[in-house]
Amino acid sequence: MMYTPHTDADREAMLRTIGVKNIADLFQDVPAAHRFPELALPSAMTEMEILAELQALAWANDTARELICFLGAGAYNHYIPAAVDAILRRGEFYTAYTPYQPEISQGTLQAIFEYQSLIAGLTGMEVCNASHYDGATAVAEAVNMSHHHFRGKRPKVVLSPAVHPQYRDTVRTYTQDSDVVLVGDQGEVDPTANPQALLPLLDDTTSLVVVQYPDFFGRVFDYTDLAKAVHQAGGLLCVAVNPLALGLLKPPGEFGADIVTGEGQPLGIPLSYGGPYLGLFATRQEYVRRMAGRLVGETVDNRGQRAYVLTLTAREQHIRRERATSNICTNQGLMVLAATVYLSLLGKHGLRQVAELCYHKAHYAALRIASLRGYSLWSNEPFFNEFALRCPRPIDEVNDFLLDQGILGGYALGRDYPDFEKVMLLAVTEMNSKEDIDALVDVLREVSHA
Amino acid sequence: MNIPPELKYTQNDEWMRVEGNIGTVGITDFAQEQLSDIVFVEIIAAEGETLKQGDSCATVESVKAAADVYMPAGGKIVAVNDELPDKPELINTDPYGVAWLVKLEIGEASELNKLLDAAAYIEHCAARQG
Repeated sequence: MMYTPHTDADREAMLRTIGVKNIADLFQDVPAAHRFPELALPSAMTEMEILAELQALAWANDTARELICFLGAGAYNHYIPAAVDAILRRGEFYTAYTPYQPEISQGTLQAIFEYQSLIAGLTGMEVCNASHYDGATAVAEAVNMSHHHFRGKRPKVVLSPAVHPQYRDTVRTYTQDSDVVLVGDQGEVDPTANPQALLPLLDDTTSLVVVQYPDFFGRVFDYTDLAKAVHQAGGLLCVAVNPLALGLLKPPGEFGADIVTGEGQPLGIPLSYGGPYLGLFATRQEYVRRMAGRLVGETVDNRGQRAYVLTLTAREQHIRRERATSNICTNQGLMVLAATVYLSLLGKHGLRQVAELCYHKAHYAALRIASLRGYSLWSNEPFFNEFALRCPRPIDEVNDFLLDQGILGGYALGRDYPDFEKVMLLAVTEMNSKEDIDALVDVLREVSHA
Repeated sequence: MNIPPELKYTQNDEWMRVEGNIGTVGITDFAQEQLSDIVFVEIIAAEGETLKQGDSCATVESVKAAADVYMPAGGKIVAVNDELPDKPELINTDPYGVAWLVKLEIGEASELNKLLDAAAYIEHCAARQG
């Protein structure tokens, strides 16, 4: 594909049209002193020098690869088969975007189509889009969608306080200048309560209820009754998932979810400082025209051969402008591919096996740690691979101790929930061996005695 | 192009048939031709609801575009064409007949003065076809 930039003549014509002499005039509104500020940069270095400098900086990091990692809280340290990266980096695939002339890239479209099918199957939904940026923006798009679905006539959205704090922040960013009213996580509902506690907030102005599965504290609730109550009130239910947990847990489509969002990072995507990640978004067929994002469909070409196309594009902002559900129609093409390759390599049984390993190792860790003096499990609810732990000392102190022993400790829940002082969220994955877990238990025992 | 002389039109390509104080609303032959194959119709207006002139009452989607349909006049919706969403292609074949969208009880007869007659609408279409 040719990239054709503007020519000098194009630029001249544009400037003439808007009545400006030159490009510098466009910056008149910026005070002169700030227009081209002096940047305090060191003098230029050679490639060899800069590489050495960057390497030194990189070595200052402690990575999940070198440490024993028990940190989760939304991003998880899983094994990524080598084939994922090998396929990802093929030149034919190596772009973050759906191409602007999409049908010319049949391979990319096919990969997205496979991804949509895999996620729809995993979540128990009928349709899945080509993805959003991450788990947080996917929830925000669910809020957008339900608001549009009810044409703004149901302004209230109930956010469970047990939904990831960053997801809730992102929803607030997206909806700050709209008439969406967010309730549920403003102290009305005790974050430790079960989903029943959300019921009093439901009424005929509620468009959407958002819960997480497993929730931010790792708990696994059956949302069947909640779904019934939400539907009785005429609203929709959004369930934000950890897709890997669905290798073991009942898919949300089976208990009445209308929208399933999720963070796709556990499916073959490295932790990499928090991104790029993958926003899963699936829903029921009846809402497809309100769904944001791109959607790939399968059809036949004029020779009767199977072909892939972008479909239902009239929903999207480049056609529907201000009436579209969302003004974002980009996706995470490369991360979609990673998740597709990962799921294809593992297959149904492999995915279940990884999920089971996470589950059993986490339960082994929880059982052993809970028997230590000074420690107890914060909740008795079922959990998948993550659990909240009451500790005898402030979490920062516990984590410093662990780090000295080469162990990356858990997430301090007090950062988001002031009442959760001395509560740590610990995640265990298939990457943690029994020896790793036993080492964790030993250090925690020492912390308690020190 | 079919532009029946007895109907009223809008700049936005809706038509309205006025019978007494009842108006029947749809989109014009010109509109369906510009949109090409229509694949989806959603009537947003509900029976009993009162809408103002210019309020959106339906969405029409073709293979290449999506368009909102606006009320040529304000008033109370007295009927909605429930069968159309199942056969959206009827807008392509019979835009002034079976493919009507909503019927309303016209609130302010004076609003009809703002609508185009067939001659003015023909001009409006010709101007856009260049």
